[in-house]
Amino acid sequence: MSDNVITLTDTSFDELINSSDVPVVVDLWAEWCGPCKMIAPTLAEIATEQAGAIKIAKLNIDENPQIPQRYGVMSIPTMLVFRNGELEKRIVGAKPKASLLQEFGF
Amino acid sequence: MSDVHDVVIIGSGPAGLTAAIYTARASLNPLVLEGEPSSTSDQPGGQLMLTTEVENYPGFPDGIMGPDLMIAFRSQAARFGAQIETVKASKVDLSERPFKIWVGDPDTADPTYLAHTVIISTGATALMLNVPGEARLLGHGVSTCATCDGFFFRDHDIAVIGGGDSALEEASFLSRFAKTVTIVHRRDELRASQIMIDRAKNNPKISFLWDTVVEEALGEQTLSGLRVRNNKTADVSELAVTGMFVAIGHRPTTDLFVGQLALKDNGYLITDAPTARTSVDGVFACGDVQDDSYRQAITAAGSGCTAALDAERWLEANVDH
Repeated sequence: MSDNVITLTDTSFDELINSSDVPVVVDLWAEWCGPCKMIAPTLAEIATEQAGAIKIAKLNIDENPQIPQRYGVMSIPTMLVFRNGELEKRIVGAKPKASLLQEFGF
Repeated sequence: MSDVHDVVIIGSGPAGLTAAIYTARASLNPLVLEGEPSSTSDQPGGQLMLTTEVENYPGFPDGIMGPDLMIAFRSQAARFGAQIETVKASKVDLSERPFKIWVGDPDTADPTYLAHTVIISTGATALMLNVPGEARLLGHGVSTCATCDGFFFRDHDIAVIGGGDSALEEASFLSRFAKTVTIVHRRDELRASQIMIDRAKNNPKISFLWDTVVEEALGEQTLSGLRVRNNKTADVSELAVTGMFVAIGHRPTTDLFVGQLALKDNGYLITDAPTARTSVDGVFACGDVQDDSYRQAITAAGSGCTAALDAERWLEANVDH
């Protein structure tokens, strides 16, 4: 189901963010976070429906502590939206699909 | 306009999903409006989505994670054919049958769904303090979900606001990460259960600030402290914390039903105990939305079963198939 969602790590993060021609949404999540689990299918849907217009990636904060620390993340789910390698937006908390699409610029 | 559903269930915590399991097994093809994702308790799966280990749900001798329990409830309902939609009801009209339910824009002329019976299981929503700084610093030290965010407060000094079971449970959980946890409570005694009180009082990281209310969350970019007032001495001081978790209770999620169903003064739906019948024939309620005294996952699930059986009997008596 989440074939179009890219799995990022602390080491692969910068390369993807800096090389992407389209905006990248990075979903910071963890196994023990209920709201993270609830939005995962929604993000997977968006990744499929908007393939080519946006990239959706996920980063497990348990396994990858550096990226959340770099961006001062204190709450999950947090979605970081990057355009041309620059952090453009930070979305804190799970939200319905329509709100997420709007936040992502659709 | 769409076909009339036999059963529409609004809400998807233990009550709503138990009602879904029972009505699905009775071949009533229930439609579950499970709600929309959020980071508050008002979300699919309900309040348990924000908890960690559930130790008192029978059948799980080693405990189970709240979100895992709710995912299992949902799979079980889906297995028997419950139709589950990730949408939120925005308006209901219970004044005539079939009952009308809207999702999305409530001002559309035609309702989204029609139903012979409605089972209301919208649960309860966690209260916030509504003090200056709280909303602005949400996600920057102020959290609505201890289990989601505790990880980020390793070696921080943090505060938990409240004096009930959920406050003490959050404090115990957060003490795994935090350097210190201060429980700020407006009274000088706790209303939590004895096992939770003992656990908190024996925890060297947890301390109590009694008779104290929070007046403001302080900090520019991130939370740096709380302005607190002792409500006996009226002394105002600053509590230096970089995390604040609010657990001051819940209110029933009944806004949709005001003026249509009989409510208690405290906002809870009135049911005709021991049944799940509300003041409107054909509308049933279960779970925390109608329970101001027990509020447990197991009592919610039990009342969900009651509502399902009541709805089934009502349909047999009132609707020809």
